[in-house]
Amino acid sequence: MEPITTFSGKAVAVAINDIDTDQIIPARWLKVTDKSGLADGLFEAWRYLADGTPNPDFPLNRPAAAGASVLVAGRNFGCGSSREHAPWALQGYGFKAVIAPSFADIFRGNSLKIGLLPIVIDEETYHELLSHIAEDPETTVSVDLPNQRLVLPGGRAVSFPIDSFARHCLVHGVDQLGFIQQQDEAIAAYEAATPDPVNTLRPAVAG
Amino acid sequence: MSQPKTLFDKVWDAHLVRPETADTPAVLYIDLHLIHEVTSPQAFTELRQRGLRVRRPDRTLATMDHSTPTTPRNALGIIPVIDPQAIAQLDQLRANCAEFGIPLYELGSANQGIVHVIGPEQGLTQPGMTIVCGDSHTSTHGAFGALAFGIGTSEVGHVLATQCLLQYRPQTCAVRVDGRLQPGVTAKDIILAIIARYGVGGGTGHVFEYMGEAIRALSMEERMTICNMSIEGGARAGMVAPDDTTFAYVAGRPYAPQGAAFETAVARWRQLPSDEGAVFDKAMDLDASTLAPMITYGTNPGMGIPIDAPIPTPEQLPDAASRQALDKAMAYMGLEPGKPLLGHKVDMVFIGSCTNSRISDLRQVAAFLKGRKVAEGVRVMVVPGSQQVKRQAEAEGLDAIFLAAGAEWREAGCSACLGMNDDKVPPGKYAVSTSNRNFEGRQGPGARTMLASPLTAAATAITGVVTDPRTMLS
Ligand code: SF4
Repeated sequence: MEPITTFSGKAVAVAINDIDTDQIIPARWLKVTDKSGLADGLFEAWRYLADGTPNPDFPLNRPAAAGASVLVAGRNFGCGSSREHAPWALQGYGFKAVIAPSFADIFRGNSLKIGLLPIVIDEETYHELLSHIAEDPETTVSVDLPNQRLVLPGGRAVSFPIDSFARHCLVHGVDQLGFIQQQDEAIAAYEAATPDPVNTLRPAVAG
Repeated sequence: MSQPKTLFDKVWDAHLVRPETADTPAVLYIDLHLIHEVTSPQAFTELRQRGLRVRRPDRTLATMDHSTPTTPRNALGIIPVIDPQAIAQLDQLRANCAEFGIPLYELGSANQGIVHVIGPEQGLTQPGMTIVCGDSHTSTHGAFGALAFGIGTSEVGHVLATQCLLQYRPQTCAVRVDGRLQPGVTAKDIILAIIARYGVGGGTGHVFEYMGEAIRALSMEERMTICNMSIEGGARAGMVAPDDTTFAYVAGRPYAPQGAAFETAVARWRQLPSDEGAVFDKAMDLDASTLAPMITYGTNPGMGIPIDAPIPTPEQLPDAASRQALDKAMAYMGLEPGKPLLGHKVDMVFIGSCTNSRISDLRQVAAFLKGRKVAEGVRVMVVPGSQQVKRQAEAEGLDAIFLAAGAEWREAGCSACLGMNDDKVPPGKYAVSTSNRNFEGRQGPGARTMLASPLTAAATAITGVVTDPRTMLS
């Protein structure tokens, strides 16, 4: 994974609360067996009109939003299914971070694992950011991950929470699986000390 | 005496390979890993790229459920898969399971079904276990007093490779449901009412423990319905303390401990319920005795009302964001604030999904449909949660009741719950559905979903309009 430290990017807002993963990437896109092509399905139902042409009213389709790398959205972003296809689609589209007043738990965890930064801000800052974007569709924000700071247009900086382990992994491009693998001895000791509750290869009675 | 612990604390603590530190999350051991065709392929690719094996194929089980068709079998007894992408996905699961030695319930085979139906059915889901799956409704298994939650594909890879996950300890929330349900009101209505009251983000960061008189009185299948939709309330997991109802359900199932081993296990499971005085981080409550059947009118599961109430008006909502959400939902649903849903015409009724596709759900529906016909012009799909549920229903003659009433009786799978296979609600059409999500497009592009209980779905199937099942109780 590429390390993430600081970056600036154009922000685009989809100012809706409770955006679920079925909106981010509808189920018909989940038939892939790899991660490619998902960006085409991002926000599909909102992004395209019935005839398949881009919906000019959808924020991502406005010319000023071209090249945006930061998505601003309402609270409880990413609720619903555990599909990692949702962060894959956002990342595939070019987003590096999503800024929202809150995130659904599974989405937040999935995003951190692939290097799509979920940035939590308070409602007030969220509304401030929305007005900046409304006034200037080319609005950019900067993110300083090591210092957990988000710099808003106009220069105000707010700090955002992120657990220190996830931050460490992202800043250094370390992947989490490697960390668990280092615990191999402890895992083996746990297994040796704990009886197996089930064995999926061998039912206790014929089913 | 040591600090009183919650059910969650006990299961969590028992699975710590390494506790949380200031700099690192806990390493949590996973007892059972369920996988399916949609969220696993990329994890196996990752494994292969790193040259890793599956650490515990004996703790892993695969099934086919999401992208599979539920069309009746052909003359050869085979369920034909036509969609080339679905074929590729199923082939890949087969190849992955074969390569890594993971048992697989093949499409149409005796034990295949929706991942959250088969675990409990096989006795794999047991009290006190940690269970994960690349699927958010893994919360279902919490009905047994297991800690069960959905994970993403990266984490599927972690569990395949190490049988462990990195996790921070979530907070706990006591959800107390007192009182007794009135006739015609079900477990589904309890959970829809909780979500309507506390919102789709109410449980974020928390594990629910459902407790109270109403929960104790529920069967295991009803408890599963409730725990299933914990995620719709924002909670990654929901749990119910195991009791005699739980033990009786688990007893004798293929993967459950047998004989003396079962008695030993029960003695251990009896230690799991939350201790007197255990502290929860948060609390919610609901009085079951005053509940009416619930139905959703909008595009998230929190937009629910008692079936005899009107859709809320903007003035009744607390803030601008909820008013905006109502507006958007009404436009999508083609409904009007302040109007009743009762009597609204529907085009489809879907009875199925990991929320309500078990034998007791099908029995309830059959009791309503027996000797009646579904309304003209309404497509009614009845989709059993597993092949085992299907066989049981057929042994009881329920299939004959459904077919005589004019409903479809299909093969096991997720079906129209998620608009990923061939079963969909057509654009702009209304469906009363026993599933768990009414998001825009969830049951197919443009589909308009109203979530409700199997009883409400059955009553609606007969009349062709949204119907209060209490008016049809015999
Ligand atoms: S039935 Fe629906 S909610 Fe349940 S696992 Fe299948 S798709 Fe997910």
